[in-house]
Amino acid sequence: MSKLRSQIDVRLEFPALAQEVSGRPLAYLDSAASTQKPNAVLAAMERFYREDNANVHRGVHTLSQRATDAFEAARRTVARFVNAQSEREVVFTKGCTEAINLVAASWGGANLGPGDRVLVSHMEHHADIVPWQLIAQRTGATVEPFPITDSGEVDLASLEAMLAAGRVKLVGVKHVCNALGTVNPVAEIARLAHAHGALVLADGAQALAHVPVDVQALGVDFYAMSAHKVYGPMGVGALYGRAELLEAMPPYQGGGDMIRTVSFEGTTFNDPPNRFEPGTPNVAGAIGFGAALDWVRAVGLGAIAAHESALTAYSSSRLAEVPGLRVVGTAPERIGVFSFVMDAAHPHDVGTVLDRHGVAVRTGHHCCMPLMRRLGVPATTRISLAAYSNEADVDAAVEALHGVRALFT
Amino acid sequence: MRKESSRMDLQDLYQQTLLDHGKRPRNFGPLPEATHRAEGYNPMCGDEVRLALLVEGDVVREARFEGCGCAISQASASMMTQAVKGQTVVHARELFDRFHAVVVRGEDEASDDDLGPLDCLTGVRQYPNRIKCATLAWHALKDALEGERA
Ligand SMILES: Cc1ncc(COP(=O)(O)O)c(C=O)c1O
Repeated sequence: MSKLRSQIDVRLEFPALAQEVSGRPLAYLDSAASTQKPNAVLAAMERFYREDNANVHRGVHTLSQRATDAFEAARRTVARFVNAQSEREVVFTKGCTEAINLVAASWGGANLGPGDRVLVSHMEHHADIVPWQLIAQRTGATVEPFPITDSGEVDLASLEAMLAAGRVKLVGVKHVCNALGTVNPVAEIARLAHAHGALVLADGAQALAHVPVDVQALGVDFYAMSAHKVYGPMGVGALYGRAELLEAMPPYQGGGDMIRTVSFEGTTFNDPPNRFEPGTPNVAGAIGFGAALDWVRAVGLGAIAAHESALTAYSSSRLAEVPGLRVVGTAPERIGVFSFVMDAAHPHDVGTVLDRHGVAVRTGHHCCMPLMRRLGVPATTRISLAAYSNEADVDAAVEALHGVRALFT
Repeated sequence: MRKESSRMDLQDLYQQTLLDHGKRPRNFGPLPEATHRAEGYNPMCGDEVRLALLVEGDVVREARFEGCGCAISQASASMMTQAVKGQTVVHARELFDRFHAVVVRGEDEASDDDLGPLDCLTGVRQYPNRIKCATLAWHALKDALEGERA
């Protein structure tokens, strides 16, 4: 991937990139919202529906067995990708959001009480704030933000002081920030939290595609993932939970597959991970998720990261050429995400102009309203890179940004 | 390979009048003596319009707004306040209905029923994800007129 030739090959594996928008070649720079999908993922999902389609864990017939095998193989792939001790620590969900809701409702419902505290960073995604607020309302716990710096990094000293004040049961933090690109020191946060008797949930939505994830080395108790942010399909993801925690947690939702026996006198529940997977799961989605992680492994996360890092440096210098453009979030440890504001125009207008130039970016608050308020911006325009991004994409964006200035000043 | 053609010209959306109102919104500021108030907020993009009206009898004597957001939301608010100032409440409501019909429902502007200076806001019809920006202030107008006197 470090050689130009192979990066071109990688790009060709993404059919959706080969199109024109507004009469220009599409420059897809919104990968943090959702990555495009390579042929390998599309083919794996289509093959499942064409050849193996049947329900899982339910039939003695051949197709059901094949479907179950493929579904469980995908679980092992996820487990290996994040270095879980066992695939029994991986629960399939419909995404990162559901993974966090699962922990908040199940673990939070059983373990939080009046006066208990949940700390989440000031840069958290709404998906890592609102589920905690909902369970806090029911249990009497409180949800408090721990501070970040102006550059967009967590303030570890303040976090430690808040932990030392006592009664913190859990700390929630993004592994990688979708709005700013900051890579947070999750291992250090976990060490601090554990020293004060708190658990740690890391929101890994933005991490899997860009940085190595080793849940054991990070020392996290829970890790939430979305397939569509790592070249996989939408509507599927996973929760990693340490085995002894999952074993002690009550069911999150009821239904088929999550039970051992059901009677009107009383129902007994299945072991994890099935306990947390009621109903027919998104089998094709899980298979696509597994295929996406296999794809990343085959291309090489190191090679992808090296490519993205070079392109990040290139983007940084190209964006600096645009007068009146200010990048928000300048942490040294970051991935290829640029959030910026322009003197000339509001992000929403920037987004529309860029779209007319065939450039896809995200504009708005990026589901991080507290972060936007903290940084003193109403919204930003965000460029985000992935394995298939190239200099031509960035050049198209910069040209369009000059167009924004021409139109609005 | 799919090609999405560029039928829509940016200049149709960002016409000079709109850009001018976006940059220098008219009737921007507080109105302490307001009789009617309403806020418009678009959670998707954070656009915000706080509208204040001074209604005397059945006439909108004064209309002012504050807020922040994209050029379209601010220009639309600016032009809306100009359009309703000095008009009867009934006429202001009619203006809302006409604006809504043209911009949201895409009804053609009959020549005897055109929007006058507001015409330059109709470019958003080609940009479905920007229609809410143009209508934000207008919904605030409707809410303000429907609400109790402040
Ligand atoms: C940091 C972060 N957390 C959580 C989510 C939610 O992911 P999903 O919508 O796939 O559940 C996202 C994606 O928007 C994200 O970027």
